[in-house]
Amino acid sequence: MSNLRFWGLMGVLIVVVWLAGRLVTNEYVFFAGYAVLQYILLATAWNLLGGYAGYINFGSAAFFALGAYMSVALNKLVELPVPILIVAGGVSAGALGLVMGYLTLKLRGVFFSIATLALAIVFQAVITNWSWVGGASGAYVMRPADGPWGGSYVEYLFYLMLAMACGSVALARTIERSDMGYGLSAIRDDEGAAESNGVPTLRLKVLATVLSGTLMGMAGAPLPFYVAYLDPPSAFNLSYAVNTIAMPLVGGTQTWIGPVIGAVLLTAVQETAMVTISSASNLLLVGLLMIAFIALAPNGIVGLAKAWKKGETHDAVSNRSAHRHRGRSG
Amino acid sequence: MTQFPIGRRTVIAGALGSVVHGGASFAAEPIKIGFSIPQTGGLAAIGLQALLTMQIWAEDVNAAGGIIGRPVQLVTYDDQSNPANVPRIYTKLLDVDKIDLLVTNGTNLTVPAMPIAIQRGMVVFCMLALAVNEKFKYGRFFQTMPYGPRGKESISEGFFEVAMAMTPKPATVALVGADAEFAKNAVDGAREQAKKHGLKIVYDRTYPPPTVDFGPVIRGIAGTNPDIVYVGSYPVDTSGMIRAARELNFRPKLFGGGMVGTQAATLKGDLGEMLNDVVSYELYCPAVAARFPNVEAVLKKYQPRAKQKGIDPQGYYVPPFCYATMEILHQAVTGAGGTDQEKIAKVMHATTFKTVVGDIKFGPDGEWDHPRMLWVQFRGLKGQGMDQFTNPAAEVVVSPAAYKTGELRYPMGLAKQ
Amino acid sequence: MVDPLAVVNAVVAGVMLGGFYAAVALGIAIAFGMLDIPNLSHPAFVVAGAFSTWQLNSHLGLDPVVAGLAMAPVFFGLGWLVYRLYYVCFERRGEAALQGLAFFFGLLFITEVALVMTAGADYRSVVAPYIGVSFTVGSLVVPQRMLVPFLVSVVMIAVLHQYLLRTFTGRAIQAVAQDEVALRLMGVGPMRIKGLAFGLATATASVAGALLIIIQPVEPSIGREFIGRAFAAVVLGGMGSFWGMLFASIILGITESLVSDMWNPSWAPAIAFGFLLPTLAFRSSGLLGRKL
Repeated sequence: MSNLRFWGLMGVLIVVVWLAGRLVTNEYVFFAGYAVLQYILLATAWNLLGGYAGYINFGSAAFFALGAYMSVALNKLVELPVPILIVAGGVSAGALGLVMGYLTLKLRGVFFSIATLALAIVFQAVITNWSWVGGASGAYVMRPADGPWGGSYVEYLFYLMLAMACGSVALARTIERSDMGYGLSAIRDDEGAAESNGVPTLRLKVLATVLSGTLMGMAGAPLPFYVAYLDPPSAFNLSYAVNTIAMPLVGGTQTWIGPVIGAVLLTAVQETAMVTISSASNLLLVGLLMIAFIALAPNGIVGLAKAWKKGETHDAVSNRSAHRHRGRSG
Repeated sequence: MTQFPIGRRTVIAGALGSVVHGGASFAAEPIKIGFSIPQTGGLAAIGLQALLTMQIWAEDVNAAGGIIGRPVQLVTYDDQSNPANVPRIYTKLLDVDKIDLLVTNGTNLTVPAMPIAIQRGMVVFCMLALAVNEKFKYGRFFQTMPYGPRGKESISEGFFEVAMAMTPKPATVALVGADAEFAKNAVDGAREQAKKHGLKIVYDRTYPPPTVDFGPVIRGIAGTNPDIVYVGSYPVDTSGMIRAARELNFRPKLFGGGMVGTQAATLKGDLGEMLNDVVSYELYCPAVAARFPNVEAVLKKYQPRAKQKGIDPQGYYVPPFCYATMEILHQAVTGAGGTDQEKIAKVMHATTFKTVVGDIKFGPDGEWDHPRMLWVQFRGLKGQGMDQFTNPAAEVVVSPAAYKTGELRYPMGLAKQ
Repeated sequence: MVDPLAVVNAVVAGVMLGGFYAAVALGIAIAFGMLDIPNLSHPAFVVAGAFSTWQLNSHLGLDPVVAGLAMAPVFFGLGWLVYRLYYVCFERRGEAALQGLAFFFGLLFITEVALVMTAGADYRSVVAPYIGVSFTVGSLVVPQRMLVPFLVSVVMIAVLHQYLLRTFTGRAIQAVAQDEVALRLMGVGPMRIKGLAFGLATATASVAGALLIIIQPVEPSIGREFIGRAFAAVVLGGMGSFWGMLFASIILGITESLVSDMWNPSWAPAIAFGFLLPTLAFRSSGLLGRKL
């Protein structure tokens, strides 16, 4: 996809969603749409480090929760518009990413992952014991009924999330096609070789961590207004860690479109299962489909589509070579 | 074994089953009652009890001709114990399923529904939630647990009253609770109570709910040598705290508090004699059964089905008050002559409701106009086994005075008595 | 002044606790540490083990540890099946462990829901003579509820360690992690060996589940709490080193216990994990581990 087409399509998409939103009277659409967009943003953010550079971050919840709690804290001091809170959440989570990056990125593979996990656990204890933001008893955040541009407040949050999701996807696409993207993929393929070939590995990794953390913090910032109540167990809920990792994997980690597809698909499945199946089996279905997706398309939906396309033109292409061939789609 | 149809709206099917059973008398549209309930995750143990009770209520109502001639239909989804799912479930219920009435449960699962309910002027029939309306001050919110107007202090008031009546008067108190919403509020309330009664707080700490070994926590408390210990805890840690206290033979003058879990049959049965002399709260227990004779009929229907589903087989804690919530809803809709939310809210404020758990009158904040938490002391338990808890003497009500069935025994004795 | 006796008591309690963590982590040490299979659903298997122990204990009156051992072959079979599925879906195609994460997250949910559906969401516990009594030497008090799991865990780890060292299959399991080609040359199918090893890893979940339900009541979603601790113990112990894993678990246990007893329980897990971070920085291959 050429640059012109990408930006054109993105613009058309935003206008269409906005127009459609004007026509919708059913608020559920905005509530569900918000969830989809939030996960597009989270999955894209995770993929900057996890997909491009191959560093698995288990601590997404820490960044996401930092953004959310930044909103709670600032909102207690003075009433600020949500976009400013989003910036604040993004900056603070980015700073956390910077610190974490310098502390942990010398660690490779699983050690990095465990370090991010430890970070999330330490951070949760800090929030739990910080009574200013509600601590363990949780914080109530009063959401106004109406948004500043007419329509409901959740509609407003939905559009903010739409803007952020689109922005993150554009950023991911830009990175993917830049020197930074090639550098990160070199790190993923062989970090030692990349380093000896003059790729500034540590700087690139730290930069990716900062960007990834910033986006996750931004994703978390509107959360208190969406839920109206925030306590540590819900801000650090396992489902955020699971989804931010599973979604890019299901969609495909090599290209910007993968996390988007994964997020849309998995959120749609989870949401549909949750609001149509009345019993506990909704989660069973989610689990089964998650396994089915990843088993049928181990390189993600994007990988599957590519292999299939190739299979049409050439005769047989194994999944494996499709995996090795780093995608330049888009 | 139990069957679990993976179909749409199993719950509704259950309710409708009895609609059909009731004959063709219903020509009217059903009244749709919508709610989100945790069926998986950490809160499922309580959520599934509430769900079963509501199903039983719906069957009872439909068999008796419905509400104002209309059958009731339950529409429910599993929020997986995650508050972030709640806003979507309630908007779906309201905008797509077009429910007529809205029920909520649990504190952290009710708050996310509040802005949505407020925006649409829906009456909130709420249960098992603590002090939600303190922040919202919503005139159409009604909560059925008997916490009363002072919210979180109700989970310690009775305990401290009982404690201060001991001779000699206790001088020191240790406060300990889980790092989670209910327990934290319980301990916050207890701190106020301790100050009010002039007790010296010698230990005031929290622990994370996933703690495995409570021995170190109990040792830390024992090191400060308090007269009384107030614990705010959740089921698994309640069990851990009591076990650890017994194993380390830590026996202050009074041990107990707002311990969730001492109401659950299987946990009580497991702890058995270790519970002797522990003081905790109850909403309903065999000791007061004679005061509330209609609870028996609900439990008779609940118990066999609960056993089959693997949830609390005795059901003294959640089902009576959950059933009462639905009875209130029934009477309010009947009183309002329909599902007009404004009329229902008026009826809710004006009426004293007759329920299985006694008369309920709501104050202006939508909580009971007076607290009625029962404070019980466990007595005469032997070994393990939950059957002994059906005996009214196993839990002696020590407060409030109106329900008292015995005197507090102190100081805390050995487990084996 | 800190009472030295109190410190000793706290340290002993921490060692016991760490022993139990190691039992949960053992299966991960095999699956993840040796086979590079990121089995995130292992803690859920442990809870499944606790539920099967509960069934045998409440219906047949079997001792929980015996029940855990009795169910181990069943868990072995289940683990073998899970590995087959994993192999067919991922390993056969040469995929990295990354995709496995989503697979095991899915499995985690399925296991949890399956437990809710078959056993209900109620709290389950077991009856055993050693629950509720303590072992006392002077002023040292050790609850047998913690002591028994510690001992069983250490014995289980020692037995498996000997098995890996002394038997042909055991050595083949160790080899599979390092060099599959060499293994093929020895005439052993890596797939079969890995299936066996993963079965063993899952079988330990049955025993660990028995230990869990001895210590505390269990409900289906409780396994999530152990994912972090168990993986941390394995990675810090040095991926695949059993003794390293036990050592790391005990350090976690002691730190938690000391912080809980002497200062503030609320910070115990955070400090335990925070303590591990510098360890990672200074010994980047874990405490006692194979080089990665």
